[in-house]
Amino acid sequence: MIVYIIRRLMQAALVMVVMSVLVFAGIYLIGDPVLMMISPDASELEREAVRKALHLDLPMWQQYLLFVNDALHGNFGKSFLAGQPAMGLIFERFPATLELAFASLVLSLAIGLPLGVYAGLRPHTAGSKTIMTGSILGFSLPNFWVGLMLIMVFAVLLPDLVPGWPRLPASGRGATVDVLGVKLSFLTGDGLLHLLLPAVTLSLYKGALIVRLARATAREVLPMDYVKFARAKGLSERRIVGVHVLKNIMIPIATVSGLEFGQTVAFAVVTETIFSWPGVGKLLIDSILLLDRPVVVAYLVIIVFFFVALNLVVDLLYSVLDPRVRLESRAT
Amino acid sequence: MTVALEPVAAKPQTPFQRIVSDFCENRLAVFGLVLVVLSIFVAAAAPLISTQNPFDIAGLDLLDAKSPPGTMSSDGKITYWLGTDGQARDMMSAIFYGMRISLFVGFVSVLAALAIGVVVGLVAAYAGGRTDAFLMRIVDIMLSFPAILVALILLSVLGKGIDKVLIALILVQWAYFARAARGAALVERNKEYVEAATCLALPPWRIVFRHMLPNCMPSLIVIATITLARAIALEATLSFLGVGVPVTQPSLGMLISNGFEFLLSGSYWISFFPGVALAIAIIGINLAGDHLRDVLNPRNLR
Amino acid sequence: MTTLSVRNLRTHFFTKEGVAKAVDGVDFDVAPGEILGLVGESGSGKTVTGFSILGLIDPPGRIVEGSSIRFNGEELTAARPERLRAIRGSEIAMIFQDPMMTLNPVLRVDTQMIETVQAHLKVSEADARDRARKALVQVGIPSPDERLRAYPHQFSGGMRQRVAIAIALLHKPKLIVADEPTTALDVTIQGQILFEVQRLCRESGTAMIWVTHDLAVVAGLADRIAVMYAGRIVETGRTADVIERPMHPYTKGLIGSVPSQNTRGHKLAQIPGMTPSLLRLPRGCAFKARCPIAIDQCNEMPALEEHRPGHWARCWRATG
Repeated sequence: MIVYIIRRLMQAALVMVVMSVLVFAGIYLIGDPVLMMISPDASELEREAVRKALHLDLPMWQQYLLFVNDALHGNFGKSFLAGQPAMGLIFERFPATLELAFASLVLSLAIGLPLGVYAGLRPHTAGSKTIMTGSILGFSLPNFWVGLMLIMVFAVLLPDLVPGWPRLPASGRGATVDVLGVKLSFLTGDGLLHLLLPAVTLSLYKGALIVRLARATAREVLPMDYVKFARAKGLSERRIVGVHVLKNIMIPIATVSGLEFGQTVAFAVVTETIFSWPGVGKLLIDSILLLDRPVVVAYLVIIVFFFVALNLVVDLLYSVLDPRVRLESRAT
Repeated sequence: MTVALEPVAAKPQTPFQRIVSDFCENRLAVFGLVLVVLSIFVAAAAPLISTQNPFDIAGLDLLDAKSPPGTMSSDGKITYWLGTDGQARDMMSAIFYGMRISLFVGFVSVLAALAIGVVVGLVAAYAGGRTDAFLMRIVDIMLSFPAILVALILLSVLGKGIDKVLIALILVQWAYFARAARGAALVERNKEYVEAATCLALPPWRIVFRHMLPNCMPSLIVIATITLARAIALEATLSFLGVGVPVTQPSLGMLISNGFEFLLSGSYWISFFPGVALAIAIIGINLAGDHLRDVLNPRNLR
Repeated sequence: MTTLSVRNLRTHFFTKEGVAKAVDGVDFDVAPGEILGLVGESGSGKTVTGFSILGLIDPPGRIVEGSSIRFNGEELTAARPERLRAIRGSEIAMIFQDPMMTLNPVLRVDTQMIETVQAHLKVSEADARDRARKALVQVGIPSPDERLRAYPHQFSGGMRQRVAIAIALLHKPKLIVADEPTTALDVTIQGQILFEVQRLCRESGTAMIWVTHDLAVVAGLADRIAVMYAGRIVETGRTADVIERPMHPYTKGLIGSVPSQNTRGHKLAQIPGMTPSLLRLPRGCAFKARCPIAIDQCNEMPALEEHRPGHWARCWRATG
């Protein structure tokens, strides 16, 4: 098990090095950040000064080594635009993204799991067919467009047309509460309202996925002998579905939810842009569009780290849920 | 004494006929197919059915900017059935042309990714050993990152342009096909016909492409439909974020993005209708693909 | 007083391709402490018969109107689902074929046993655990406390089947339906389990229906045998009578195809052909196409008749 974790961590380190080189090289090649930062009529001397200050005058490999050296000290350089350390900027924004991603995870599980299990238990009812068709819509509708339409309906049209209809906020985080130095929105009413539309948008795709997965697994588990045996033991339907079936369904659901959590964080890029949610996704887009190299690279390194850690956690979670795997991994 | 079972009422049907008739049994799937055909028709016939060339800036009359749906143009020649955008482009014509770009990008990227992925997957499956391990490690790494992030980073390096979007989409998609092709090929590899072909001393490429590939096709076709829907959505998302197609060649995602700024002021149609068009294409593909998976399921193939 | 009395049991499956009459008019009785061997090949309806008794037939299958299953005088086909649930696991228990599949892989053995106790009795968890432990001891599982905390995959196949039997015995049922419980096991373990089951039934007076395709197994175990073919009982009687003096050509074929000392060096007899599809049963006797002694009369369905005292057969050519 420990060997396995070490091997995974080494793989991860390799992936991170490769990614950072690629990105660093790519961004170096396409544009001159200095041109974006100072006014076009600045003198050549001023430019040279900025270049030097940012080490842009050094050869590429030296810049990269500088960057690696800094990275090992948790320092990814300063944002060209904000002048703040890039790492700090990202850590400052990460909680907002995580909060959004968690909210959408909770939402998609709360809605997707019961619907999917129902559709698996009663596959031939009209309700199940509606759920399944609805799930196709859920992962077909372009996510960003759904976000726009939600804004249009709940922040513009309904409040305009229906007197007294509450206007849902469509931008920003709203009021936040500091918990151990981390700002959280969901603890205030205003923050919850601000969280609502982006979280719904982000949970749509994932919820549809969970519906389909829960249904497919339920259909797989139900004809199993152990379900029939549970019925032969005289257990109530509630216990059979709630314990025997659900516990088996939860294994793939937990695995996929965990892996999909990374997708959700990634997709938050889109949602945050639409709802001006001040998370890392919006920061990334802004940095990409403005060639703010240190921020992009810092984001990448952190997100790669995040993904590798997430995959590990999911693997461990899987082994906790499935006793069969637990034994095997202990043996190796 | 032999068995005198009544002969099973066999329908003389080729596998293809069976697939077609099975497919048509599901009305939702047929509806999906109709949506797909409609989208393709609109894209292909865009120059013929559009009332206006949306790329011809000179032909636009800024007085007509942001006209709501159903307005007559100020010169009284055409009706803007779906309204106009901020530059007075007829939305309907823009959507037809936008569909052209969206579908083009989707189909080309999926076909290229399919070709690359199949070659990689089949080579990995046939060669086995270290080659297999090496190729699949790359695939695993590719698949462990969300497509949108990889594409976003690639495009931030490559810059804007349809060709760049194509490269990014191909790079994030080939791994799906590689994994699927390898999986299917590994199953086929152990079957007798491959052994028979090996005994006949047929060259490896011939065994792989003439014998194994056709048997992997059903699963690859299903994945291709799902990937096509995803590719179209991904291109739209990238263009929406401003790193996809250039302003001069607006895809549906770009059109939606253009309408974003007018949304809060109530000019909903500029984002709404391109989104509907996009949704129609993607839903159509997914509805048809969803049922295609059941129909092409090897367990149903005889 | 019989424990179970099945009359004209018909369980049909209403599929897209047609109605499959898996069980089509089956009658038998089981007395307390008696072991009935229900023998037939796959598709003969023996397993569906077993599930019908417990009311565990899933759609598209159902027990057809006119069937009767009387258990201790109570008509089960008319019982409410809640009543059936209360009977299942407490008064009628079932043991399944494949012990690898009958225990839920993600739940510990104690969970699966305790829930069975608590499904029928209002007892504390500690009492339920104690009962579970005793049941494990009863079926010969060493160090039961440790085994209770284990997951099913930590047991061997034979051990799992013992656990399943222990679960079946938790409430001292009056009837156990055992669906080929030993076919998935090694021969040595098969023998142990057979011995245990026989002992437990004798001690507690539990009636048992032992469903199997293996005539050799029931020959040493059952008091009476009923042979099923294509959804019907074709021959039934005391075990010794059926084995030694079979009347139906199908039973004769089954016995002839069991290898034994006497058959060494000889070609084993076999029944030609295969079981007809339940969707397209021929008119008359379902076995006629495979029967070496079929006559024109076989186009009519023969009735199950008592040709010798207590020995019944469904064949025109059966003789006393």
